[in-house]
Amino acid sequence: MNLHALIAQPDAEPAVNIALNIGFGLIATVMIFAAFSVVTTKNVVHAALYLVLVLAGVAAQFILASAEFLAVAQVMVYIGAVMVLFLFGIMLTRAQIGKEDGLNNQGWQLGIPVAIVLFGLLGYVIFNTFEDDVLEERAPFPTEQLSDQYLSAYLVPFLAVSFVLLAAAIGAIVLARKD
Amino acid sequence: MLAVNFLLLAAVLFCIGVFGVIARRNAVLVLMSIELILAAVNLNFVAFAMMNDNIDGQVFALFVIAIAAAEVGVGLAMVLMIYRNRKSIALDGLSEMKG
Repeated sequence: MNLHALIAQPDAEPAVNIALNIGFGLIATVMIFAAFSVVTTKNVVHAALYLVLVLAGVAAQFILASAEFLAVAQVMVYIGAVMVLFLFGIMLTRAQIGKEDGLNNQGWQLGIPVAIVLFGLLGYVIFNTFEDDVLEERAPFPTEQLSDQYLSAYLVPFLAVSFVLLAAAIGAIVLARKD
Repeated sequence: MLAVNFLLLAAVLFCIGVFGVIARRNAVLVLMSIELILAAVNLNFVAFAMMNDNIDGQVFALFVIAIAAAEVGVGLAMVLMIYRNRKSIALDGLSEMKG
């Protein structure tokens, strides 16, 4: 049984599912609050933990968008591996435990107008282009369809990505070696 | 569900990430902001995959996840090397290559 069958209401309109929208709104609120905390908190460890919240929210949104394999991959790669790397990075660079000054640049206020103008632009374009487009509820994409794509049409990029990962692993070892 | 919901959420995350890259001085925090930006891109890919009923968007999103993992690994190795050489990871101190 998939999640959509659980949260879908039997007699809801085909285009608008109230429960889905409420779930989306709740997760989105948490994600935006956590993302804002990542870039404003004065504690490096707290920033990493808020980032976990954002990435978990992204995984939840993937499930709402019927991308279940991606949700699992997101949890394993980001929350499992990348966050451990971040925490190691924080530990090895001996960040202060607790509040720390000097995490921001001197001209950090410059970022506020840049972000607001960028959001205005993006929001305007998005509203103009996709105003009436509806994401229709559907069963999750089967994972075998994804793997078919990887092993046929996207085989060459897939092999290239595996080489990139190998090169990144070797490069990271070479860079971080002691001598 | 409207497509605009997903796209606006991704836009908000993207802008917060850009703000973080500009505002932060600590190299690890800048890498975290880049992760926010990549997560926003992934949300867009998945939303478009659902909108067009085509799985190619999810294929690309998985590529983005792989590249992001590689980027974090190399980035943190560089941060560790900078810390070992300078005892600090403040990015505004790295100005030797200024012309």
